[in-house]
Amino acid sequence: MTDLVLEQVSYRYAAGGTLALDRVELRVAAGERLALIGQNGSGKTTLVRHLNGLLRPSSGRVLHDGEDVARSSVAHLARSVGLVFQDPDRQIFAGSVRAEVEFGPRNLGMRGAELAAAVDEALAAVGLEAEARTNPYDLGTSRRKLLALVSVQAMRTPVLVLDEPTTGQDLRGVAIVRRAVDEANAAGRTVIAISHDMGFVADAFERVVVMRDGGVVLDGTPASVFGEPSWEALRSTYLEPPLPARVGARLGLGATPTDAALLAALLAAGDAGS
Amino acid sequence: MLTLESVGYRYAGALQPSLHDVSLELRDGEVVGLVGASEAGKTTLCLVASGLAPRTVGGRLYGRVLLDGVDVEPMGMDQLAARVGIAFANPATQLSGVAGTVYEEVAFGPMNLGLSLPEVVERTAAALASLRIEALADRDPARLSGGQQQLVAIAGLLALRPSHLVLDEPTAQLDPAGTAMVADALAGLAGDGASILVAEHKTDLLARICARVVALDAGRVVLDGPAREVLADARLPELGVAPPSPVRLERVAAGARLPAAALARLREALPR
Repeated sequence: MTDLVLEQVSYRYAAGGTLALDRVELRVAAGERLALIGQNGSGKTTLVRHLNGLLRPSSGRVLHDGEDVARSSVAHLARSVGLVFQDPDRQIFAGSVRAEVEFGPRNLGMRGAELAAAVDEALAAVGLEAEARTNPYDLGTSRRKLLALVSVQAMRTPVLVLDEPTTGQDLRGVAIVRRAVDEANAAGRTVIAISHDMGFVADAFERVVVMRDGGVVLDGTPASVFGEPSWEALRSTYLEPPLPARVGARLGLGATPTDAALLAALLAAGDAGS
Repeated sequence: MLTLESVGYRYAGALQPSLHDVSLELRDGEVVGLVGASEAGKTTLCLVASGLAPRTVGGRLYGRVLLDGVDVEPMGMDQLAARVGIAFANPATQLSGVAGTVYEEVAFGPMNLGLSLPEVVERTAAALASLRIEALADRDPARLSGGQQQLVAIAGLLALRPSHLVLDEPTAQLDPAGTAMVADALAGLAGDGASILVAEHKTDLLARICARVVALDAGRVVLDGPAREVLADARLPELGVAPPSPVRLERVAAGARLPAAALARLREALPR
């Protein structure tokens, strides 16, 4: 279990350059499922890279379970926070799909039958069982992305961070990602995902944090963040609520961020009317 | 006009072809959407239609690819580059790597076409403005976010003003606003007469800009017709393609046995 806290975190990539993060305050309790949304360049990726020490704040503090991690190595933090990059090719390095998945758990000390079982389970979860001996670069991009996801997931870190996990995935790939989020969270792990897919965000997450210009502008449930009172703030970041939220508002049914919420509201309104 | 005549394609060393007997005709000013599951052949079709395969990746092409009636195979790379542009899903593949600023990156293509300096400047400014990234002009492309890099890569392509354009998931890393700007820019290019092929998982985007949509399955064209019909086709999910949001919502509602009045109310509120 790891509680994450960012305290007044600011970050500049280059001295004198733009502030990529500007005094960010964020607390994420163990076991939460949180989506991070915002315009391109708003600081989402920069923020999550602070969680495992890939980036260190220019000012402010990052705490894991109340402890400042400034002196902890990336290797140490990687035991708590597994980060899946947006571009799988920045992550994949092994000569076979199996070796790629084995690397993380092996580094965490897993061996023998336990390791083999963890790897088999991981490969099955993304439908790559038959590709264990394949070179990762002989897979298409979307399957390489799933491989990158499952390689990190196999480490079973208390926190799983996914940068744009559904990008480039077809319907089946999105369903696999969704299941991975559900399973990790059901096992008590925190899941944090950056996404531009508002439907996926509203469906799969219980908390949505909206970023603009390196800061947090909205933070709440999908119903509150995608509800009509938040639309002006959303529009300031050029985001649009998912279709069911817009339709629900148009029909005066309140906050209906998901298909299911919209249908339930339509049914309830029908019952009330009859 | 971009024409594919019974095109098949096999990658070097592959046992099976990745494309089988694909025939397509993109008229001037037409935006055609390309959908299908991962590994159905969309990227391969983009490479073939832009003349990059087999030219740069090896393999074997069957059938012919024609730009305005001229076979691309014997064309020189310079002639090809002047006629057709391609955008890849991963902007890192696309950026030149030699430009120190976004401005130079976008100007790189028109410079290479041998255009006059005022023309290069005009095109670069227009391309940056159409995607609203003027503010990034002095930044180092390598230090931008993934989505910003994708916009820069597309701006570089727009500056070439190609008469044929092939885009492989051009908005994969873009936020909704960036996606909308790219959609507008493509519609603008088509309005100027370009023929455009765009492979995308975002069917909401295709519904907005395409008159026609083609679906691939295992390297073959399985659906080809007006966007409205193809995107509402009940077979799309089996093909690994998420239908546009309004289609999905209506289908979910119909499946949920909503009372007729509630269903009618929903249909009324859905965007057309």
